[in-house]
Amino acid sequence: MHPAFSVIFFTTASGAGFGLCAWFGLLALLGNLPSRGIAMSALLLGAALAAAGLLSSLAHLGQPQRAWRALSQWRSSWLSREGVASVLLFVPVAVLLWLLWDIPAQVRLDSFAASPALAIAGAALLVLALACVVCTAMIYHSLKPVPAWRHPLVVPVYLVFSLFTGGLLLAAVFTLGGTVVSNMAGFGAMVGAVLLWRMKRHAWRGIDTRPLPVTRNAALGLPEGRGIHVFERPHTEANYLLKEMGYVLARKHATRLRTLAVVLFALVPALLALPAWLFVHLDPGPWFAAAALSALLGALVERWLFFAEARHLVTLYY
Amino acid sequence: MTMLPPPSQVKLGLVIDLDTCVGCHACAVACKEWNSGGVAAPVTDEDPYGPKPFGVWFNRVHSYELDALEGLDDAQPAQPAMTLHFPRSCLHCETPACVSVCPTGASYKRASDGIVLVDEDKCIGCKLCSWACPYGAREYSEVEGVMKKCTLCVDRIYNETIPEAMRQPACVQACPTRARHFGDLGDPASAVSQLVAARGGVALMPELGYAPVNRYLPQRPRRANEGDVPADRPVAAPRDEALDPSQLNPLLRWLDRALSR
Repeated sequence: MHPAFSVIFFTTASGAGFGLCAWFGLLALLGNLPSRGIAMSALLLGAALAAAGLLSSLAHLGQPQRAWRALSQWRSSWLSREGVASVLLFVPVAVLLWLLWDIPAQVRLDSFAASPALAIAGAALLVLALACVVCTAMIYHSLKPVPAWRHPLVVPVYLVFSLFTGGLLLAAVFTLGGTVVSNMAGFGAMVGAVLLWRMKRHAWRGIDTRPLPVTRNAALGLPEGRGIHVFERPHTEANYLLKEMGYVLARKHATRLRTLAVVLFALVPALLALPAWLFVHLDPGPWFAAAALSALLGALVERWLFFAEARHLVTLYY
Repeated sequence: MTMLPPPSQVKLGLVIDLDTCVGCHACAVACKEWNSGGVAAPVTDEDPYGPKPFGVWFNRVHSYELDALEGLDDAQPAQPAMTLHFPRSCLHCETPACVSVCPTGASYKRASDGIVLVDEDKCIGCKLCSWACPYGAREYSEVEGVMKKCTLCVDRIYNETIPEAMRQPACVQACPTRARHFGDLGDPASAVSQLVAARGGVALMPELGYAPVNRYLPQRPRRANEGDVPADRPVAAPRDEALDPSQLNPLLRWLDRALSR
């Protein structure tokens, strides 16, 4: 599939933003937020990333001024559900910002009883942020003509990527702002990196070892077993189908690009999170920030491969 | 509304005879000609007279070579190597995923006759429908920023301003070997349904579950002469996907060179 940068940036940036919002919602639900300024900066960063990704996905459209129409078909279309969920997401974001604004600057918000409104808005944010990620993944996972996306790990990988990159960003904002975060956050980041690496390895093996589920014979309505070779294409130049679905570059370089992705999204963040876990007196801020940056770059490469490596069944005809 | 309507009684579609198709592309050209002035107009071309013409076609005719087959029994006699011409267009599926993935309601399936259409005034050009179609029926126009597809010549088949004999899709009308037939595949008594029954017409990739309406009539068995089926015929190696770096943008070209080292 053609890897449109606007869509790759959308799934990566919005994914990280949704993940950050999900963690923030959880902390708000548990009544465990840091002081007002830091909490608001973190939430604004999450919302800004989500919004930037969504705006970028509009650039992918042929008629972006009609994008509002995409909110209408949520009963059948995952893309429409994604649109609805991501618009709704900004409601709890706005409520939380409004609630936080009213709280005196130096008060630490650490009890559920202190602010039930905060907890309810946090729960809504958590649910909607996760729903957004699931919808994004389901847009691709629901497409039967792209067998690589039918792998059962597609949705879990999107979720873990989102929570991993979003969690690193949240840890970076909190610690850079001077909030004391348990050193177990560093351990958690390492666990996330290893989990992500194992899941991706499993998914990549799955698409490498599984042949396309449909043969050219079936595509042409012929019985299996007879050799068929292209004699003449319908057109001498490229067409939309070949440009959009017949993308070859990534499969040619798959091994190297996969290694690069794993180094960036798993190995480097894990190594950077190690000192944040082991050395309690270390300022973990810069380490988390660097880990988040590397994980986001790795996610971009991984997402590029997700699109570019996937083979569409229409290529059977060519 | 991209929720699918209840199954219609009438299922208009095409029956394409692969035995008589000679791969002349008349259907593709006639389709392009009619639809350039029809309801789906314009059927845009970019750079039509330049070195790399690029455009939207609703109909594409592929040509393949089929290997010779050794005979198994009387039911499956030996077959010589053959040429297969294969016109590919929208199959107007009964459960089209291209419609249900559409976020705007621009794609729809008509409840009255099952034709799958795009309302180009609503289409936002997200291209998801083309990803959802395994048959490559939809082509996007960069110029209009909307998706285009076969309309089954809906502006022809019901058109009372043209003679009744002409109320058929342009591709059917143009075919010089009568390899294309148009009719109601929902009615078992219709001429097309009987043709499908008589010739063992098949649906393409039915295992995907989109229930295509169009049917393809397989080639009739040929008589294989002595020597047509070589005992040790060379097995053609599957062709590798070739990457043409000149098609890439400069950044990706550099990436391709860097990764190829």
